[in-house]
Amino acid sequence: MGLAGLLLAVAFAAAVEAVEALTIVLAIGVTRGWRATWPGVIAGLAVLGVVTAALGPALARIPLAPLRVIVGGVLLIFGLQWLRKAILRSGGYKALHDEDATFASEVSAASSAQRAGRFGVPDWYAFTIVFKAVVLEGLEVAFIVITFGASSGHVGYAVVGAAIGVLAVVAAGFAVRAPLSRVPENAIKFGVGAMLTTFGMFWAGEGAGAEWPGGELAILWLLALTAAGAALAAAGLRRIRVAEVTR
Amino acid sequence: MMAFLRFWKDFLIGDDLTLAVGVVAGIAAVAILHAAGAPAWWALPVAVAATMALSLRRAIRRPKG
Repeated sequence: MGLAGLLLAVAFAAAVEAVEALTIVLAIGVTRGWRATWPGVIAGLAVLGVVTAALGPALARIPLAPLRVIVGGVLLIFGLQWLRKAILRSGGYKALHDEDATFASEVSAASSAQRAGRFGVPDWYAFTIVFKAVVLEGLEVAFIVITFGASSGHVGYAVVGAAIGVLAVVAAGFAVRAPLSRVPENAIKFGVGAMLTTFGMFWAGEGAGAEWPGGELAILWLLALTAAGAALAAAGLRRIRVAEVTR
Repeated sequence: MMAFLRFWKDFLIGDDLTLAVGVVAGIAAVAILHAAGAPAWWALPVAVAATMALSLRRAIRRPKG
């Protein structure tokens, strides 16, 4: 379960972030052309590569117990945020993420923006928008890859998981040449949030001195508990929402 | 630069500071119980469940976006 779960969690987390970045890249690419869009993507990926290459070895120098407390704690906070958003969306208290609306709004803004070159880039607007999207969405993936890799001691698995998630989304996006609005993003976020929460809880607890009943198998029952608790919370919020609306 | 700082703020705090505070308190509880020689594994799941319940309760009282 440990390695398979790690691979799945990283692949799905990377896929969700890739869907959001791809929506912006496609909107800019089809509206302003690809001459400045591709350099923006490549520059963004280069920055992510530098960040990952710098942070990865730095984390590897920290002893495992404190590393797991820090990394597990941050992963746990991050996972809980995803889970909270997914529960609130599922309960009707937060709007669902709408890739079609994001795409339309990016296309509208890109159509009206002035076209001006800078630093040898033919369209500075397209370059900076795409660069920002790739870096900001990609930083979350890079962080998950680094933390999962460092805590589990299997950086290779984490990198492969992220690559699978990103490549699947990019291939699908360029095949349909449209935002991937049919991807059940909230359901995926729900699952990934539960997985990040589980791994974060396991590593942070272990780093702080907890001895989990069942050892590594605790990941399984922690995941089951987390998913069941989140599903119950979402069902409870839906009931409250319905009662509020019909009152 | 501001976008980068905003990213880290969103990443570590997000929409509700309660989650980060609850996680830190849960980890501290595990460390204290472990240092005292008591079983500590249960403290983090309990802290996580309580923190999430509190955070959701606050969110539905002040609905946003």
